[in-house]
Amino acid sequence: MSSPAIPFEVLARTGKANATVALPTDAERKGLTKKEIAADHPTWCPGCGDFSVLALYYKLIEKRKMHHEKVTTVAGIGCSSRFPYFVQAHGAHFIHGRALAFASGVSLSRPDLHVFTFSGDGDAFSIGGNHFNHTARKNVKMTFIVMDNMVYGLTKKQTSPTSPIGFKSKTDTWGAVDRPINPIKQAIAAGATFVARTTHTNPNHLLQMMEAAMDHDGFSFIQCLSECVEFYAGAFDNSNPRKGGAFDLVPADHDVTDEYAAYRLADNIHPGKFGIFYKAPRPTKNALEAKINADARSKTGGLKDWQLLQKSFDRLK
Amino acid sequence: MSDAISTAQPAGGSPKIASISEAVIRIAGNSQDGIQAIGGFLARLAGRSEQEVMTFMTIPATISGGPSIFQVRIGSGEVLSSGDEADVLLCFYQHSYEEHVGSLKKGGIVLYDSDHVTEIKPEWADKYHHVGVPISSRTVEAIGGTGKDKGKNIFSLGLIARMFDLNQPKLEKLITERFGGKDESIVKNALTCFHAGYSNQIQGLLETYRFADAQKKDRHQIVMNGNEALGYGLLAAGVRFGAGYPITPWSDIMELLRRELPKYGGTFVQTEDEIAAISMALGASWAGRVAVTGSSGPGISLKTEALGWAVMAEMPLVVVDVQRGGPSTGMPTNIEQSDLNIACFGGHGDSPRVVIAPANVEDCFYMAIEAVNIARKYSVPVIILSDQGIATRIEAFDEPNLEKVCQDISPDLTPVADHKPYDLTVPDGITRHVTPGTFVASGKYPVVTGLEHDELGHPTGSPKLHLAMNAKRRNKLRRLAAELPVPAVYGAKEGTVLMVGWGSTQGPIQEAVAKAREAGHAVSSIHLKHVNPLPNGLENIFAGFNHVIVVEMTDEGLYGHGQLASLLRGRYADPKIKAVTKADGLTWKVKDILDRVQAFLPTR
Repeated sequence: MSSPAIPFEVLARTGKANATVALPTDAERKGLTKKEIAADHPTWCPGCGDFSVLALYYKLIEKRKMHHEKVTTVAGIGCSSRFPYFVQAHGAHFIHGRALAFASGVSLSRPDLHVFTFSGDGDAFSIGGNHFNHTARKNVKMTFIVMDNMVYGLTKKQTSPTSPIGFKSKTDTWGAVDRPINPIKQAIAAGATFVARTTHTNPNHLLQMMEAAMDHDGFSFIQCLSECVEFYAGAFDNSNPRKGGAFDLVPADHDVTDEYAAYRLADNIHPGKFGIFYKAPRPTKNALEAKINADARSKTGGLKDWQLLQKSFDRLK
Repeated sequence: MSDAISTAQPAGGSPKIASISEAVIRIAGNSQDGIQAIGGFLARLAGRSEQEVMTFMTIPATISGGPSIFQVRIGSGEVLSSGDEADVLLCFYQHSYEEHVGSLKKGGIVLYDSDHVTEIKPEWADKYHHVGVPISSRTVEAIGGTGKDKGKNIFSLGLIARMFDLNQPKLEKLITERFGGKDESIVKNALTCFHAGYSNQIQGLLETYRFADAQKKDRHQIVMNGNEALGYGLLAAGVRFGAGYPITPWSDIMELLRRELPKYGGTFVQTEDEIAAISMALGASWAGRVAVTGSSGPGISLKTEALGWAVMAEMPLVVVDVQRGGPSTGMPTNIEQSDLNIACFGGHGDSPRVVIAPANVEDCFYMAIEAVNIARKYSVPVIILSDQGIATRIEAFDEPNLEKVCQDISPDLTPVADHKPYDLTVPDGITRHVTPGTFVASGKYPVVTGLEHDELGHPTGSPKLHLAMNAKRRNKLRRLAAELPVPAVYGAKEGTVLMVGWGSTQGPIQEAVAKAREAGHAVSSIHLKHVNPLPNGLENIFAGFNHVIVVEMTDEGLYGHGQLASLLRGRYADPKIKAVTKADGLTWKVKDILDRVQAFLPTR
């Protein structure tokens, strides 16, 4: 064989995708309205905390004047992970637990896009636990928002990795016995460079955290408490002032670059503190890989790709 | 080496020189002896001398040490396999001698290191010609210092070079290139070892040999192994993102891509696990440019869920599977073709995907490009089934015209009026994706998903849509089948037995065909490079033969038909399709194929 059996071919785009459209200039573009950002009506149960996260995601896109096509919404599996269908933006609904790995592929190959990944406690910390650790340590640039309801909702009330001990579920009818994960501590230990905590009942705070996360150059992780009214009602009442709880902010004098202080601050997470626990500058994998590439390119003397390959082949004669 | 054409007696009483057309040399030692280096030099030299060459190696699955062999077959004419029997066995130890003397043809030469091989078995003394050289101590003498016998491989290369009258300046150049760039003393030592070996008078050698001139080739020859050819093929195809997890024998490819991609502005990521690797590659594919992942053995099993997503979302992707012995951890450094089923069918649900299989090292290069082209055009994951044999074997082939072959597959971000990725009304039935970053004027943006979906990618539970989308995913591969070339018949188009092979077994099968035809049997073969979908028209080829015998390296399976014959029987419902299988972790020998096919030939 001296050529591929199937040659290089680009299929013509079809239908309206084929019509020529001019990209509007920035001046022509008004900011997007909520109506323009919203897609399918969410399938969540009435009263679900995820509605609030979605509404503030719309708000974020609106407020920060992002363009549809520059936003990518990636999710795994779970109630939370239906997100991509509800947003008018390029979206990917991937497999259970692996959204971070998928989103890393997007982030590392397309620096021009905003990558937002949405997940739940089961998706992020149980089946996807390995990817959570490694995406954090590699500091891949993206924003990762985990809607933590401390229960498996889509499959109707099984114990989740964040269910507190004693929580009665269909898989622990006598009450959960396994020690729950502390997502904040895990994120810090794994090397996340932005770690924040918020809740669906405080929209202003939630938006504030989303903005700070988006502006962070690195892997930014938000644990957002999001109540499952169907299977774990009242889970977060103790952090909701309207339900008699206390919404305690991270103390103003907390040094967000102090890893150990952040770790101690995360000791008690029921109800725990809200705000940015940890934030430190560290080169992203995106930047490190770009540097490797720049170094490699600087030695190639501006050769075309085929000429580079030819140089390799010349050594194999 | 059987066909000595002429012999000449040179003056001075040195050994006679015999002209030969080919030779099989087996080098046996331990894995740290650098015997692959000797084989590599011989193969590269053959390539530069326009000869054909094929190698075969075994490596122990142990972390360090253990017996290892490298066999190289060099010929002035066509070389199809690495050879059933060796003409020369170079052995470094008593165990290498005892283990491998059986691979020599009768009258073959045992060239042994007399420092380590101390006992010549009397029953072999008559059968083979034994020649001892104190290789280890001569190496130490030659370079001195503290290197001990490190360098005895290059010393041995010198011995072989003298024995086969190989081109000394070319070999010196190869050695200088190989060790150049390092400490100057390393090149110097290597050349010293080589010269010591070359000038060593081998006592007791009756003849030396000279290869007949090879036929002039149109293009330069290039020499590499299958894993290198696959890696470079992916670069030529325009792939600029990959992700993988280390596993033998796939790792070489990821190491090559990690090293090379940055020069091309690309990235290869070593991920935390196999699942992350395929997931990340899919993310990059979605982001606009066909990406690659790969693995071997258990790693392929781990990737199957995400592969199913790629089928459902109709996402282009290239997955390299360098097969090894299975199931489970199996035989990591041995050869088997037992991943055919998982490649074609692995995963839950109905998930049609493309499986292609290179038959030699050159194919590895071009089929990597083909895989990318199929994945792009048909929006589908494509699995390249290589195997341990092809991955590590070195061949020489015509240098590709890279300026012509290299492709640019950069994403198209041109704005569109409107877009539905899973449009059911497209005449050719093939999905087109627009890349994230593409402006869609209608404001309706597509979603890619593993849920059954409507034309825009939004979830649906509609039985009608599930039927339509299943048909869409299947029919596009029928369309591809019509585009695939029908394999050429090797031998006559009609006869008693048609052997069917796929993957790395092409050489031994074709050599078996040639031998059977010489013996007067009506035997032919075809070699499938496209396994799923199969090209159209195979039934017309089958019709010309009484028996269709699949030759493959798998277990015969519960029902006796191995993996490919089962697939072909399912496809053609033809009982004359049968299998001869074996799964001992070793390559087919020509003789074994002939013995097994004998049962289907008329007795005379």
